[in-house]
Amino acid sequence: MKAAGVMLALAGALALQTTLAGLTIGSTTVINLVLVAVIYAALAFGPVAGLLAGSAGGLVQDALAGGIIGVGGFSKTLVGFVVGVLGAQFIVAHALPRILMFFAGTIIHELCYQALYALVESKAFRVAWSPTLMQAAINSVIGVLVFMIIESAPGVAQRRRARSATLGRRY
Amino acid sequence: MLNCNAEFTIHFSIQHSAFSIANAVIELTPPRPSYRPRTGYLFLAVMVGHLILISAQVQSKAGVPVLEALTFGVFSRVQLGASGFFRGIGGTWGNYVALRGVRSENETLRQQVSDLQVRLQEQRALAVRANQLQSLLNLKETTTLPTLAAEVIGGNPNSGLLTVTIDRGSADGVQPDMAVIAPQGVVGRIIGPVASRASRVQLIIDRNAAVGAIVERSRAGGMVIGVEGDPPLRMDLASNLADVVAGDVVVASGVDGIFPKGFVIGTVERSERGKNLYRDITVRPAVNFSGLEEVLIVLSPARSAQPEEASKPREGAK
Repeated sequence: MKAAGVMLALAGALALQTTLAGLTIGSTTVINLVLVAVIYAALAFGPVAGLLAGSAGGLVQDALAGGIIGVGGFSKTLVGFVVGVLGAQFIVAHALPRILMFFAGTIIHELCYQALYALVESKAFRVAWSPTLMQAAINSVIGVLVFMIIESAPGVAQRRRARSATLGRRY
Repeated sequence: MLNCNAEFTIHFSIQHSAFSIANAVIELTPPRPSYRPRTGYLFLAVMVGHLILISAQVQSKAGVPVLEALTFGVFSRVQLGASGFFRGIGGTWGNYVALRGVRSENETLRQQVSDLQVRLQEQRALAVRANQLQSLLNLKETTTLPTLAAEVIGGNPNSGLLTVTIDRGSADGVQPDMAVIAPQGVVGRIIGPVASRASRVQLIIDRNAAVGAIVERSRAGGMVIGVEGDPPLRMDLASNLADVVAGDVVVASGVDGIFPKGFVIGTVERSERGKNLYRDITVRPAVNFSGLEEVLIVLSPARSAQPEEASKPREGAK
């Protein structure tokens, strides 16, 4: 069920990403829905789901983008794993920590992505901070909205309460 | 007391929290039981897989994919190690284990080498002999004198006399005082007694031998005699006024009635003005007497050095 949910999220993100590819500001992509889906999977299901979702989503995105296959996968795997580990260590049930996770995850992803491209293309490593920060902010907003939408779905609150009760009994 | 029914959270106040910044936004929770070390291994495996995938697409400076270059570089070391290992095994086998039968084989080969060396020496001697005979034959063909080939069959056991024995004698027409020559030059003369199948030759380097000689270049006359020294020939009776220098070729003059005119005796090695009337001249013989094997006997009978009229008894003397 969890895997299916992750795959569904990735597929939807990819579809939207390719569809909304025209959403650019100054010819720079300002949104990365696949990354949002990866971070969501990592926060919601843990580091394993995060890294697998990042790997799969990144590979597919690389394949669709026509670049070097593996660069995006590598970056998203890293982000998915790190966010998943952090999400397992900290409670990120509120909007602010989620925003922080999406923002930091986007920054890490862009840094890693640009660094890898600079490495394989033997170019100087230079980060365009403005679009990166812009993308991080937008991804954070979208990610939090996604969380809110999913959590507001029927039955989610009950499942969450039940899970919290289980954790409370355990500790 | 912690509230276990609520979400298991620990609220840190600013005074008690070590993570003051994170505390404001993140609530600390115990590790979830789902996170295990195998997650780290999975993460590493996935990252390595991505790196391999990237390397397969990236070209190195040499134009070869990085994965291929890396794989080749790593595997070449493996190959190097494996090759060294198997070479070592092969070397050990070839240099130690497989050498059990080499001793006997070595002995056999040594024996074969010895046999071949002996055979080579024989063949070489035959070749030298053939060359010598060829030279002798050439000399025989070029000279107008009647000659007879002979082989040196022995030396003189008496060190005071320098003679050799040849295998021709009176039965072959050999007579005393016949000249003996070699392709290099004058050897000596037949001395008596002459056996039917053998005869003795007095070498010109013998201290009792003498040959009438002239210097080929300046035609300065004299007499070459054997001496005990090095070189073993000396040219006497050459005037101090004569033009004789080192390097001049000395040939037989023929005035002695034994040695045919023009045959080489040797080369002047030293020529100095003498205390008396004659120069002190030493001559290096042209013939290598230590390696003498075949010679030619000049069959022309020796003619007397004195005129026939002088040898005839005067009628008035009767």
